[in-house]
Amino acid sequence: MSGIMVLAEHRHGDLRDVSHEVLSAARNLAEKTGEQVEAVLLGQGCDEMAQRLAAQAHRVIHAEHPAFRDFNYETWQQALVRLVKGREPSIVMIPHTAFGTDLGPSLAVELGVGIVSDAIGFEPGPDGLKVTRGVYGGKLNAERFISTTPALVMVRQSHFKPDQPGLEGEVVNWDPGDVGSGLRTRFISLEEVPSTGIDITKADVVVGIGRGVKEEKNIGPIREFAEHIGAVLAGSRPVIDAGWLEKERQVGSSGKTVKPRVYIALGISGAFQHVAGMTGSDTIIAVNKDPHAPIFAVAHYGIVDDLHKVVPALREKLA
Amino acid sequence: MKIAVCLRRVPDTAEADVKVDGTGKGIVEDRLAFTINEADNYALEEALLLKEQRDAEVSLVSVGPKEADEVLRMGLAKGAAGAVRIDDKELQGSDGLALAEVLAAYFRKNPVDLVFTGCIAQDVEDSQVGPALAQLLGWPHTSYVVKLDCGDERMTVRRELEGGFLEVKDIARPAVVSIQTGGNTPRYASILGIKRARTKPLEALEPGAIDLDTSKAGEAGSRTRLERLYVPEVVSAAEMIEGDVSEKAGRLADILKEKGVS
Repeated sequence: MSGIMVLAEHRHGDLRDVSHEVLSAARNLAEKTGEQVEAVLLGQGCDEMAQRLAAQAHRVIHAEHPAFRDFNYETWQQALVRLVKGREPSIVMIPHTAFGTDLGPSLAVELGVGIVSDAIGFEPGPDGLKVTRGVYGGKLNAERFISTTPALVMVRQSHFKPDQPGLEGEVVNWDPGDVGSGLRTRFISLEEVPSTGIDITKADVVVGIGRGVKEEKNIGPIREFAEHIGAVLAGSRPVIDAGWLEKERQVGSSGKTVKPRVYIALGISGAFQHVAGMTGSDTIIAVNKDPHAPIFAVAHYGIVDDLHKVVPALREKLA
Repeated sequence: MKIAVCLRRVPDTAEADVKVDGTGKGIVEDRLAFTINEADNYALEEALLLKEQRDAEVSLVSVGPKEADEVLRMGLAKGAAGAVRIDDKELQGSDGLALAEVLAAYFRKNPVDLVFTGCIAQDVEDSQVGPALAQLLGWPHTSYVVKLDCGDERMTVRRELEGGFLEVKDIARPAVVSIQTGGNTPRYASILGIKRARTKPLEALEPGAIDLDTSKAGEAGSRTRLERLYVPEVVSAAEMIEGDVSEKAGRLADILKEKGVS
């Protein structure tokens, strides 16, 4: 019973970045445990992807099947239960994404194993795997211990650096057997969120607002400030959910990724889902009332204060 | 159609300083306000919208302490018909899968056609309970749902994926649907609703009353265990700008001008 198994995620005929990130995390852990890394690729017409995964894994288990044409947790689960029981890895890693979290918990139930979500660190021990993950919006970390073999972990995206090729793993074609029958859910299509013509990704300067704006009526002065400095207004999830800004102005893993010259984060605590979408900005300025807000970890300049006081004062200085 | 919504009482920590308590495994709750988990609030709204479209009854379930009754009362005030709280005193240390076991035991005894949950709890951030619950009940599930169209036997849902995509899929009932935030606009309870909620049934149950196999819940019944909570070391290279508001704004204005922004 050994080996770290990594499930690759792909969409639109291409591997998603998170697949390389999770493989990289698995490689680091495998160096500590002396195990091998096995990538698992389920799909249709994925030969080229299998070759690319082989540069990051000791082995690629590649299954081609018409049932894998579009993602459905039920078909993936049917195959993975069989594969995990057959190969007996010590750890199974899957991406903590809309793909992975739709699959991981029910897979854990079916396999009778423990699962930890949103993993950002791993420490192997004699009795099992210790996993670090964020809780309370990233304000605290939790260490959780998984006592089962295999241990199932869903790994945070945009956290581990993907650049770790250098292997020439063998690609093993695997017949998944009977998959895709008895399904109660059915994939219909992928849709792009309709565009209204706003494109925050092209902006040179972005003013991002978060939960700290408190009320919709408070956005007015911030909007005026943004316009004055030639910035585009964007927001984190709570602001978009509340309907205060258009969906296309959402910065983060489920919205847009921006890399402006200057990003000004106002009242944004800095949950990783948001940070994933703006950490590539040249200069990040953060204003937040909470001195422990995770946003300050990625900021270049920080102000601990009430944004509703800072913005008018700043507007005056820039008049 | 019988619809159940799972609600979780959570601390509102968005703008609060979160401190670890003496046990190292909990947080200091003294100065925190507690509320309904945000995604669960959207799940409740989805259920109430469905009730208005079809002949359906909405009930609420929460696993939690006595204080979770407040969250359930609010759900009743918004339009649910009844609520059950499964007391969690004997269930401390339950991980996501163990919590799903508790709910599965309840739904085996009290069958429904459709269960809604939030797609993530804002405290533990696991996103596990909905899909795990479905698997334990032998039902299908779907998660991160922002839109649901309910047919006579099946439902069409739109799931939010990363990067601005929606996955459209259909799913048979009975099912567990985990709702993502932002897909609807949660209502506020009306004064009349709050009045009515006082007379609606709110039952508290001990785990024994739902035939829960206690070896599958609590810390001993969980396959993962919390070792410790800690404040992550913020490795910040940020220059923190000090002074009164005017001084801070002045320094920030200088930085922006340096960058050619003004």
